[in-house]
Amino acid sequence: MRYALPLAVFMAMAVFLAMGLSRDPRAVPSAMIDKPAPAINLPVLQSPGERLDVQALRGQVWLLNVWASWCAPCQEEVPVLREAARQYAIPLYGLNYKDQPDDAAAWLARNGNPYVASASDTDGRVGIEYGVYGVPETFVIDGAGRIRHKHLGLITPDIFRSRILPIIEALK
Amino acid sequence: MRRRHKPGIAGLTELRPTLPSEPARTSTAVLAFLPPFLPPFLVSFVMPLVMSLVMPVLMSLVMSFALSFGASAVQAASPPAPAALPALSPADQQRADKLAHGLRCLVCQNQSLADSNAPLAHDMRKLIHAQLADGRSDAQIMRFFEDRYGDFVRYDPPFKPITWLLWLGPFALLALGFWVLLRTLKRRAVARAPLTADERARAANFLDTGP
Repeated sequence: MRYALPLAVFMAMAVFLAMGLSRDPRAVPSAMIDKPAPAINLPVLQSPGERLDVQALRGQVWLLNVWASWCAPCQEEVPVLREAARQYAIPLYGLNYKDQPDDAAAWLARNGNPYVASASDTDGRVGIEYGVYGVPETFVIDGAGRIRHKHLGLITPDIFRSRILPIIEALK
Repeated sequence: MRRRHKPGIAGLTELRPTLPSEPARTSTAVLAFLPPFLPPFLVSFVMPLVMSLVMPVLMSLVMSFALSFGASAVQAASPPAPAALPALSPADQQRADKLAHGLRCLVCQNQSLADSNAPLAHDMRKLIHAQLADGRSDAQIMRFFEDRYGDFVRYDPPFKPITWLLWLGPFALLALGFWVLLRTLKRRAVARAPLTADERARAANFLDTGP
């Protein structure tokens, strides 16, 4: 009985520390969750006369993948994204972040283009609107145009199935 | 100055700042990953996750995917207007510095915007500049970044329910420490209470004859 209090304090600390250790300190919770997806209105890659308009995508759940030709993991997740978009019929759009359109075009030619269209965010200004701080990042946006989920970093088939697909299914 | 994958978020590329004094030529390893058109001073800003800074907008062609559903998200465009930042007055410059010191660089996370050389920090400093030139207040600018990056972006987190523990925790611990101290002192005081006559007699007995 004498040791009940110290033991309780120890247990509480152990639980908090274990929770803290299992979290990634670099993952910043997104401030954008449940907020309306900011306007993009940027020229479309490989079709600069056109612009990507977020409002026109209302009424459907879609994915916005932030990518760049200088981002190695982006290349890795292309097949995953392509397959996911195809299999579950999810419109996949890209935000080409701080990239040269020429490099981006070459990258798409090399890896295959999984996107319906990619907006060319050469100076990263729209990226800041979305709270982007690393690449890749992927946003799930619902039919009302709200950001419902943000995934930080590479999407593997496993991550897609376990973390992203359930959110999309719930929104559909 | 080396390109490296940190064991952070799986596959997330990131930019780490370089020492400004570090000459760009030491970055040959990084250069291999960089587009050749980057001037050397930009190269010196580049870290593990290579990237380029603001560049003149070039556009290329060919859309390979037809839109497969009804609503087209793509609309006709007008050319973007290039914006040059006006110089700030010394007072505004001071405000800009203060804001940059109070905001966290999201890439390096342990540096302020003012200290960081990450491209994102550079962009955010430029945004501070542009918004000051626009006549926005410090609070408005702070709010702008908070809306996009959350409380995390502030080095001075706001006092609200979710941060109560953060702000009050140290005082609570201090109070707990005092409580434990007082309790311990009280116990010792009780333990040192004067001896009763009986105890005194026994002690005297011990002293005379041994236990």
